[in-house]
Amino acid sequence: MPRYGMVIDTKKCVGCNDCIVACKTENSVPIGYNRDWIVTESFGKFPDINMEIRTERCNHCSETPCVSCCPTGASHIHDVGGVVLIDHHKCIGCKACVEACPYDARFIHPDGYADKCTFCIHRVEKGENPACVDVCPTYCMHFGDLDDPNSEVSKLLNSRKYHVLIPDAGTQPNIFYLV
Amino acid sequence: MNSLSRRRFLKISSATIATAAVIAGSAKTFVKSADKINEKNVKGIKKIPTYCDLCFWKCGVMAYVKDGKLWKVEGHPDDPLSNGRLCPRGTGGVGAHYDPDRLRTPLIRKSLRGEEKWVEVTWGEAFDYIAEKMIKIKNEYGPESMALFSHGVGGTFFKHLIRAYGCPNETAPSFAQCRGPRETAFELTFGDIVGSPERTDIQNSDCLVLIGSHLGENMHNTQVQEFSRAVEKGTSIIVVDPRFSVAASKAKYYLPIKPGTDLALLLAWMSVIVNEKLYDVDYVKNYGFGFEAFAAEVSQYTPEWAYIETGIDPNIIRETAREMVRYKPATLVHPGRHATWYGDDAQRERAIALLNALLGSWGRKGGFYIPYSYSIPKYKYPPYPEEQRKPVHNPDNKYPFANAEQISTGIREATISGKPYPIKGWMIYGTNLLQALPNRDETIQAIQNLDLMVVVDVVPSEIAGWADVVLPESVYLERYDDLNTSPFRESFVGLRQPVVEEPNDQKPNWWMAKKLGEKLGLAEYFPWNDIEEYLDARLKSAELSLDELKEKGIIKGPEQPIYFDDGLEPVFWTPSGKIEFYSPQLAEAGFDPVPKYTKHPEPPAGYFRLLYGRAPVHTFSKTQSNPLLHDLMSVNELWVNADIADMYGLKQGQKIKLKNTDGVISDEIKIKATERIRPDCVYMVHGFGQKSRQLRSTYKKGASDAELITKYKTDPLMGGTGMNVNFVTFEMEV
Amino acid sequence: MHEIFTTRHNPHVDPFLTMWEWQIPVYLFLGGMVAGMMIIAGYFIFSGRNKESNCTCYSIPFTSFILLSAGMFALFLDLAHKPYVWRLYTTFQFTSPMSWGAWILLLVYPALIANILIRPPVWMAKRIPKLSELSVKIQTHPFLIKNIGILNMILGMMLGAYTGVLLSTMGARPLWNSSLLWVLFLVSGLSTAAAYVHLVAKNKEESELLAKADNGFLVVELFVMVMLFLGLMSSARPHIEAAQLLLNGPYAPVFWVFVIALGIVIPLGIQLLAVNHKIKHTPIAPMMVIVGGLILRFVIVSAGQYSHWFNAHF
Repeated sequence: MPRYGMVIDTKKCVGCNDCIVACKTENSVPIGYNRDWIVTESFGKFPDINMEIRTERCNHCSETPCVSCCPTGASHIHDVGGVVLIDHHKCIGCKACVEACPYDARFIHPDGYADKCTFCIHRVEKGENPACVDVCPTYCMHFGDLDDPNSEVSKLLNSRKYHVLIPDAGTQPNIFYLV
Repeated sequence: MNSLSRRRFLKISSATIATAAVIAGSAKTFVKSADKINEKNVKGIKKIPTYCDLCFWKCGVMAYVKDGKLWKVEGHPDDPLSNGRLCPRGTGGVGAHYDPDRLRTPLIRKSLRGEEKWVEVTWGEAFDYIAEKMIKIKNEYGPESMALFSHGVGGTFFKHLIRAYGCPNETAPSFAQCRGPRETAFELTFGDIVGSPERTDIQNSDCLVLIGSHLGENMHNTQVQEFSRAVEKGTSIIVVDPRFSVAASKAKYYLPIKPGTDLALLLAWMSVIVNEKLYDVDYVKNYGFGFEAFAAEVSQYTPEWAYIETGIDPNIIRETAREMVRYKPATLVHPGRHATWYGDDAQRERAIALLNALLGSWGRKGGFYIPYSYSIPKYKYPPYPEEQRKPVHNPDNKYPFANAEQISTGIREATISGKPYPIKGWMIYGTNLLQALPNRDETIQAIQNLDLMVVVDVVPSEIAGWADVVLPESVYLERYDDLNTSPFRESFVGLRQPVVEEPNDQKPNWWMAKKLGEKLGLAEYFPWNDIEEYLDARLKSAELSLDELKEKGIIKGPEQPIYFDDGLEPVFWTPSGKIEFYSPQLAEAGFDPVPKYTKHPEPPAGYFRLLYGRAPVHTFSKTQSNPLLHDLMSVNELWVNADIADMYGLKQGQKIKLKNTDGVISDEIKIKATERIRPDCVYMVHGFGQKSRQLRSTYKKGASDAELITKYKTDPLMGGTGMNVNFVTFEMEV
Repeated sequence: MHEIFTTRHNPHVDPFLTMWEWQIPVYLFLGGMVAGMMIIAGYFIFSGRNKESNCTCYSIPFTSFILLSAGMFALFLDLAHKPYVWRLYTTFQFTSPMSWGAWILLLVYPALIANILIRPPVWMAKRIPKLSELSVKIQTHPFLIKNIGILNMILGMMLGAYTGVLLSTMGARPLWNSSLLWVLFLVSGLSTAAAYVHLVAKNKEESELLAKADNGFLVVELFVMVMLFLGLMSSARPHIEAAQLLLNGPYAPVFWVFVIALGIVIPLGIQLLAVNHKIKHTPIAPMMVIVGGLILRFVIVSAGQYSHWFNAHF
C-alpha cells in the first residue's frame, strides 16, 4: 500500500511561485485563492542572515484532524496512497475542517465547498507527478511512495537532514523539507 | 519638472470616467466572445507546440487545449532552454489570452496625446492613417526621419518594414538600458558578446560569483535551472549584493557591498590574483595580449584600499579571491545582464571580463562556453534602399564602442533636439518606453515633437496611452512568429504557431507589417502571401519543412564542441586576435585601457540610493495585468532596512510615497521592513506604479522606480544609461 | 530579527482565520441557553414541580423550541454549501462532534415536543384541539412525565456539552484545546438559562430558587474559567499565547469588562444581595448574565480562530 508524500529541498527552492501557477492552471483554482504558497523565513541581523524558503500546501497528514471532524464524510482519506481528499458533493461548507487544520491549508471555494491541494491525484493515478512537482525549475520537489524504501523520496529522507511543519501539532505530516 | 499641467490633469481625469464606463461595459462582452470562438465542440485534449513570449528567453512550450478551450501550458520536453519546465511567467502564459483589459481593436486618438481617449477604427482606417503620415514624413523630411523601438521576436517584420521604407533608425532598450555595457566590454576583451541566452556554464561551475545578479528572483529559466544544479552539486557560491537576495541565501560567501563600489572589489580581487600569481598562467600566456601593462595597473589596488571603498573585510576579499582561483577554470564570474548602473558600467563589465580571463574561464567548462545556433538562411528579399543619412542615435560617433546596436536614448535625444536631423515618427513594438527609458519627462518631451506615433502592443500599456494609433496584437498563443534559433549549448530551431484564435480583432505582427507595407508601396518586400509561406521558404532552404516543425515544435541540430578543451579552436575577434588585457582600442579612443576606479556620489543625508530589480512572477511592466500573475503579485514593496524603518517610525506594511532629489514624488508603496538590505539603500521590484488608466488592474498599484529615475549617467564608451544613481527619501502621508 | 512572510491570501484565512462569523457564537449561545432550559425544565418535571400550575416548566419548552430553531437557522446561514445540508443526515461520523450534534439536535426536537405536549400553551391548544386530548392522556401517566423530564435533562446536557467538545477537538486552535471547554459551555448555558427563567418565572418561590441556582452556576463558571486558563497557561507556547489573548492581549478589555465583570461578577454580586433580601430582585442582573453569555461565545470563537500554532523553522 503506497503512502504518498513529498520531499522538498529548501536548499534549492528559490520561491519563484512556479508551483503555484502550475497548480492554478492544472486544477482551475480560482483567482484569489491558493492551494499552495511560498513562505520565506529569515533570521538574523544584516548581513549575517539565515533564510529558508518553502513551498507549502496541505501536508496530507497521517493523523488528520480535518478528516475526523467532518460531519458528512466529505473530507476523507483516499483508498490509495493516504491522500486526503474532499468529496465536493458531500461537503456542506460547515468549515470545521478549515478550523481544524493547524497549517491553515484549506479554504472555502467560491462554489461553496471546502478545497485544498489534492496531490493532483488525477495525475498521480495516471503515473504522473503532481503539477507543482513537474513544473519546478529548480527540481527541488520530489513526490513518491514513502513506504517504498527504494523510492526517490525515501532515499532522500535517509540521506539528508529534514524537518516537517509544526511537528508538535501531532498531525504527522507527509511533506518533508530537506535543509 | 512635470510637463503635465494641472489643467490637463483635470481634463484627463474627467475623461477617465466615460472611458472607464465604456471599457467596463465591453470587458464583459470580451470574455463571452472568447468562450464562443474557442468552443469548437472539439472534445478531448490537444497538444500544440510553440514557444513562449512572456520574456525574451523564448522557451519551448507545449500548449494544452481542452474541449476547444485553452487550458494550460507546460515546457516543451525537447526544448534545451527549459528542459520541459517553464518559469512562473511562462506557466501563467494562458493569462495573457484571458486578460480582460487586453487591446481589442485598432484605436486612433481623438484628443491630446496621453489622454487615453480613443476612436475604435478598422484595420484599413488605421493603416491608411499611418501610411499617410509616413509618406508625408518621407516627402517632407526623408524616410530616415522615423525610428522603430522594438523589443521581442515579434518586431522582426517591423524592422524589415522600416528598413524597406528607408529608415536606418531601429533600436531596443535592451542595449543602452540593459545589456549594452556588458556586450561592449566582452567584445573589447574577448572579441565576442556574452549574448542572450548568456553563454554562462553555470551548471558546470565549481565556483560561481554573482555580482548584483539575483538569480531566483530574476527568473531567466535556464539560468535558474542551472543555478539550482550548481547549488545541488555544492558549487561554491559568492554573492556580492547590497541586498540579501535569494541567491545570497544559498551562497557560501555573502559580501554586503556598498552600492557603487563593485569596480573597487573587482580590481582588488584581480590585484590579489595577479600579485600572488594565482591566475591561469598557460591560458594567459597562450591567449593573452598586454598582460604586463594590465598587471602593472591592477596590482596597485589592495584589499585594504578596497575595504575603505566597499566596506568588505580585506580578509574576505583575499579569501574569496583565493576561492575563485581554487576552482579555476571552472570558476564563473557571472557578468550579469542588466548592467546599466552607475555610468562607468562598460569599464566595470570589462573588469569582470578580465577577472574571468585571469581565471581562464572563457571557452572553458564551468566558465563560458562558445554557443552555436541552427543556421536557417534569411528570406531572400530585394535589397533595402540605400541609406542617404546615417542613424541618428550616436552623432559624430560620440560613443565609439556602441557595437552594432543603436542607443535608444540617443534616438530620443535626436527626437527632442532635431539634431543631427529631425525624427518625426516613432513606431513602437512591445516596449513600454515610459518604464524602460530613464527620465519619463524626456520621453514625453520627445513624443511631443512627433508627427506620428504608432504603438503595437497587447495591452493598453502606458506607452500605448501616448500614441496616435494603437494596433492590438494577438498574444503569442494566437499567432505565428519568426523562427527561434537562439545560440546555446546545442543548436535548435523552434516554431511559434497559433494554439487558439484571437478573441477579438487582434492581428499578428507579420500581418500588420505586410498590410502596412503594401499601403506604403513596399509590396515587393512582402512577396509571401502569409507567414506560413515565409517560414516554409526559410525552412526549406535549410532542408527542413514547416509541416515537420509544426508537428514537432523543436528540431535540434547536430552536436558541436563548445569548449576549447574539446577541440574547439579558440578565436578572439579582437584587433590583436587575442584576449586584450590591455586594450589599445580604448587607449586610442582616449579611455582607460585597463579599468580604473572612480568613486560615485553618495546619497545626501536623509536620502537612500534607489535600487531596483526583478520578481520571478513578472517581466518588467509587461505582465502585471495577466490575471494569473497579478494574483501572485499585484503590487511591489519597498525594502527598507529594519533599523532605518524603526528610526523613521515606519511600520511593516505602512504605505508611503518616495521623493527623489529632483522633487518627483512616487505613488504609494508598502514598506517591507527587513534585515535583508543595507541601511543606505532601498529596493523595489521594477514595473509597477503604472499610469495607464485603461489597464485597470495595474493602475497605480505600487510605485514606479522608473518614475523616480530622473537622473542617469551616460557611459562614455557606449552610451548606456546608468540608472542606479537616484536618491530618494520617504514622503509620509501627513 | 525573525521575519516570516507568506504569499497565501485565502479569504477568511489570511492574515488570520475568520471563517466562522457571528452565526456560530449566536448558535452556541442559543444552543447553550436552550440546553440549560431543557435541564431546568426537565428537572422541574422530574422533581414534580409541574404540579404547580404556574410552573415555568410549561412555558420553557416552547420558548426553547423557538430559540433552538433560531439557532439552527443561524447554523444553516453559516453553511457555504447550503443545498447539500441534507448530507448531515445520510451518515454518522463517529469521530466528528458536529455529526453527533446534527443527530443530537434531531433527538432534541422530539424531546421538546414531548415536553410541550404535557401542557401545551393555551393559544396552541385552542388552535389544535387534538393537542389538548394528547396532553390529557399524558397527564394520566406520571411515570411517562417523569421520563420526559429525564430525557430532556439528558439531551439538554448533551446539547450543552457537545459544542464545547466540538471546539475542544480542534487542536489547531490552541485557545479551544482544553477538556474543560464543554464544562464551561454547559455551566454558562445553565447560568444563562437560569437567569432567563428567573426573569420570566411567575411563581415567586421558583423565581427565588432559580436566582439561587444561577448564583451557583455563576460561581462554578468562574471556577471553571480559572481552571481553564490555568491549564492553558501551563501548557505549550501556543496555548500560553492563546490564553494571553484574553488575559492581557487584544481581547482583554472585552473579556474582563463584558464577560467577567458585567457578565458574571457584578450580576452575581447583585443577585447574592437579592437572595439574601438585602435588595430587591432586579431584572438588570439576569439580563447582564444573558448578554455576558452571548459575549463570552463571541470572544471564544473569535479569539480561538486568531490563536494558532507557529509555523516557524528558526
